[in-house]
Order: sequence, then C-alpha cells, then structure tokens
Amino acid sequence: MTNRVIQKFGGLRKNDSRRGKKSVGARGAPPLREAGPLTYIALSITVLLSVFPLYWMFVVATRGNEAVASRPPVMVPGGAFFENLVRTLQNPQANFALGLLNSAIVATVTAVSVVLFCSLAGFALAKLRFRGRNAILIGVVLTMMVPVQMAVIPMLIMMDAFDWRGDLQAVIVPFMVTGFGVFMMRQYAIQGVPSELIESARIDGCSMIRVFWSVVLPAVRPAMAVLGLLTFMQNWNEFIWPIAVLGPDNPTVQVSINQLNRGYTTDFALMFTGATMATIPLLLVFVIFGRWLIGGIMEGAIKG
Amino acid sequence: MNLSTRGVREHTAHPEASAAASTQSTSRRERRQVLLSWLDLRLSPYLFIAPYFLLFGIFGLFPVLFTFWVSLHDWGLLAGNQGFTGLDNYVFLFQDSRFWNALLNTLAIFTIAVVPQLVIALLLADTLNRRIRWRGFFRVGVIIPYITSIAAMAIVFGQLFGRDFGLVNYGIELLGMEPIDWRNNRFASWTVIAVMIDWRWIGFNTLIYLAAMQAIPRDLYEASAIDGASRIRQFWQITIPMVRPTIMFTVIIATIGQMQLFTEPVIFSADYRGGAQGQFQTVAMLMFDEAMRLQNFGYGSAIAWVIFLLIIVFALINILFISRIRSAA
Repeated sequence: MTNRVIQKFGGLRKNDSRRGKKSVGARGAPPLREAGPLTYIALSITVLLSVFPLYWMFVVATRGNEAVASRPPVMVPGGAFFENLVRTLQNPQANFALGLLNSAIVATVTAVSVVLFCSLAGFALAKLRFRGRNAILIGVVLTMMVPVQMAVIPMLIMMDAFDWRGDLQAVIVPFMVTGFGVFMMRQYAIQGVPSELIESARIDGCSMIRVFWSVVLPAVRPAMAVLGLLTFMQNWNEFIWPIAVLGPDNPTVQVSINQLNRGYTTDFALMFTGATMATIPLLLVFVIFGRWLIGGIMEGAIKG
Repeated sequence: MNLSTRGVREHTAHPEASAAASTQSTSRRERRQVLLSWLDLRLSPYLFIAPYFLLFGIFGLFPVLFTFWVSLHDWGLLAGNQGFTGLDNYVFLFQDSRFWNALLNTLAIFTIAVVPQLVIALLLADTLNRRIRWRGFFRVGVIIPYITSIAAMAIVFGQLFGRDFGLVNYGIELLGMEPIDWRNNRFASWTVIAVMIDWRWIGFNTLIYLAAMQAIPRDLYEASAIDGASRIRQFWQITIPMVRPTIMFTVIIATIGQMQLFTEPVIFSADYRGGAQGQFQTVAMLMFDEAMRLQNFGYGSAIAWVIFLLIIVFALINILFISRIRSAA
C-alpha cells in the first residue's frame, strides 16, 4: 500500500516539471519558446565556467607545484596524485586523514539525525491537530532567521562548561535538528502524506509513532533524501565553529584545509590535493542522491 | 498541481474521529486502550516537536541571548568574567575604526556580489526556461558549484587570482594589460571574494528562479504576444513581476548569509585579518579575531550582537522595500 502511495505522491522527481509542462500544453497554451544557437552557446560557457575551477584543482593536485608556475599553463592531469596524497596525509599540521574521518562521521550523523527529527516534527505540524500548532509553526519559521553561526563565543563558554571542547560531539549535537528542516518536511508532508492513510492506520490500532514509522516516513522519502543531502553538505562545509571549538589536534576536514592554507610556505600541491580530497565525498554524495536535489531545490522554491 | 490538492487533504477526516467513535464500547480493557490512544493522540504532537525546541533552546536561543549578556562584561577567554561594564563594549565599538572598516568591507562585498548574482541567475533561468536539448546536463552543470566545499574552492580561486602565478593575471597579461595585485588592492580583493560567492550561488538561484518561471501561466505570454510585445518586453513586464516574491526570498537568504561572510575571505587572506591593512576583513572575521586571537570575549560578543541586529534590520528593509514595490505595481 505504501509503495503505491510513494508512486503516487513521490513528487520530487526530475521529470516532474516536464510532466507539468505537458499538461499545460494539453490545455492549449503555446509550447515553450524554441532555444536558438545563442542559448546553447551561453549555457555551454556557463557550464565551462562552473566546471573549470574544479578541473584546475584536479590538474594541480595530479601534478604539483610546477603546474602552477608553468607557462603556457598545463591543462592535462598528470600522474603525481598519489605522491601528493601521501604527502598531504603525512603533513603533521593538517592531520588530514583524521580530518576526513571526523568530517564523514559528523556529516553523516547530523544528516541522519536532522532527517529523523525534522520529519517527526514536520509530520506533527503538517498532519496532527493540537493546541498551539500555528504558534509553534511561526516560532519555527522565526528561528530559521537566527544566525546561530555568530554565537561562537557563548557556545565556546558552554562547551567549556560541558567539557566538550575538542570532542566531536561539540560539532554534532548543536546541529542535530534545524528549523529549515522542520519547515521543509512540514511543507512536503502536507501534500505528500495522504490523511486517509494516517486515519486508516490509526483505526487499525497503530500508535502515533508507529504511524510515523510505517506510513509517514515511506511517503516523505524524496524530501528526506534532499534534506539529508543538504544537511550533509552543510555540515561537511561547516568552517567557523569547528575551527573555534576543535582545533588542529582533532580536526574536521575544513580545519585541516585551513591548516594547509596557513602553512608558512605556500605548497600548492598539498593545498590542492587537500581541496580535492575535501570535494570528492561531496561529489560522490551528489552522484548518489543528486537526482533528488535539483527537483528538491525547485520544488522548495515554488512553495517558498 | 501540488497547491490545489493541499487544501483538500487538510480538511479530510481526521484520526480524532476514530477515537471518538470507539469510546462507546464499555469493556474495561477497551476503555483503557481508548485512554491510551487518547493520550497518544494528545501528547504525541508535542513529543514529536520537542527535540527541535529543546536543541534550539540550548544551542540557538540561549547562546544568542547569552551573547548579549557577555557583551555587557569584560570577559576573557581564559580569565573568564572580569565584571560588569555596561555598554562600554558598544561605546568602544562605535569608536573603533576597525569595526567601521570591517562593516564597509562586508557591505561592499555584499553589493558587488549580490547584484550580478541575481541578474545573471535571472537571465540564465530565462535561458533554461526554453525548449532545450540536454536539459538535465545543463541543469547539473549549473548546480555543480553548489556541491563543492567552500574552503576548498576558496583555495583554488585564491590561486587563480594570485599575483604572480595566477591564471587570471596570466590572461590579463596576454591581453597586454598590467597584472593586478588581487590581495593588496582593496577593490580587487572585494571582487575576488564576490566572484567566489557568485560562482557558488548563481546556479542555486538559477534553479529557484527557473522553478518560479515554470509556474507562470503560459497564456500570459501568448496574450502579450498577440498584443505585439517583444521578448524583452515580455521578460520585463511578465517574467520579472511574476517571480518578484522569489527574488525577495533569495535576497533575504543572501543578506543573512553575507552578513556572516567568513570562510572565503579567511582562506583568501590565510589568517583572520583580511590583508595587511584589513582591506577585506569582514565583521565576522573581526569578531573571530577578537575572540580567538586577542581572547576578548566581551568585545567579540558586542560585535556578534551588532551583526544580529544588522541582519534583522536588513531583512526588514528588504521586506518593506519589496512590499512597497508590490503595492505600487
């Protein structure tokens, strides 16, 4: 039963917009404007500019410092990546391997936790009736505006009080649920979870948490994928807080990169290899979940 | 499509009905079950939302308020609270030329970044909103910068805009012009940071605008075409007004993000001072430098609180400004 629901309501698909367009066309509206050659030229330049810095990063990481200085510039990857990688991992200031591992842990744990807690709260705000629901919803939206990143100083004082300074929980626990996530899951659950299904599960004797687990979660899976991906990226990229609270002894990958960047001699081979290693996991996650992301950003925009 | 079904679903029958119907049964066991079910129904919503408000209260609201408290004190990183000083930190802040310098840098970078960002994103979205081949490929190509690590790309851009070995200066020299000292020239350093920001965010905004444009009814264009409106006129008179709420949304998001600008300039400068004269130090960097290097928590908190207030003020100005335009139109 739930499978059918997913098929029916799993709206965050890549071809969603295309489907919408066809139905518009069927009503007799004129078709989309045809793209001319200028369109393709403009788009190709855009894609080229988008990809070039990434490609250049890869070229230098696979060659080394001479690639930076050579004129005319080399544009083909070389064969020195593993040599550079070993040097990067051995750099005592950066602690890079530990940084990668820590970032993987932090980003994964926060992503799973944000997805679970936000789905739970979003479901309650979308589908359950209770006193104060609207006030709570407004509260969630307002909290999205609070720039938590700037509260570094009191957070440091708190972490000292908890004795969490330098430990991973300091960069995990504060980010285990977000207002943005709650709002996003609520918006999706409103139309993604049919109320009749919740009702029939209740009649069958399911408790609320059971309803959440077996009815709601399967139905909001597309939104969960998008939120998980966004959260993973956000925490992978988190910069100011890990630098403040963790430091180089137990770094995340961003702290390691900052260390490489702050070296007394500029070693581009190390910096670019580190940058590449910090980017690859994000690209991998995008390859796996990316098809949800584009639809998710666009879907969110229509509602926002 | 989604909008139309939303209202209907919300008003359909509700779990409460099932609980009410079964209260008629009299057996004790059933009654207890009904009670449990009733409690489940009443309490669950609050339990489901509790994790968010608990964590936000501890790690969101409390730190923000605590920031204000710390800012009223002479407070050191290691020394701890050295006593209440009232508004002294704020008085000092308004006389501190470094603060005004950092504020100017932040606002200048914001302006240089946000205007091209929105304009290019609008034009790109309009381009993508045509019947196009390889649609998926172009969308992925546009969004790829958003999938990267900010610090990693800041390293790459810092090298591309290097004075001696940067490819950008290489290109400039090929064109026969003088190379630019991107880090030490104030306006040039702002531009580099704006380029990093725009490279990352143009694609994201493009997809958001594209979604808004696809929601515009196609017959509007048809009708105006019959009236003889040109494409450019259509863009200004139909597309732009129809996506205006979305533009407001992206401007507010950009404002909140940019007032806290930190990662890109920190990597570009390789410390927290933003160049030898602080020519591209942002307010967030000044706050961090005060707190972490100079260990001055009280003053750092005053800067942080001013950043909060500025974000609120700018968000309100945006909202007022846009709603003015809307009511005038």
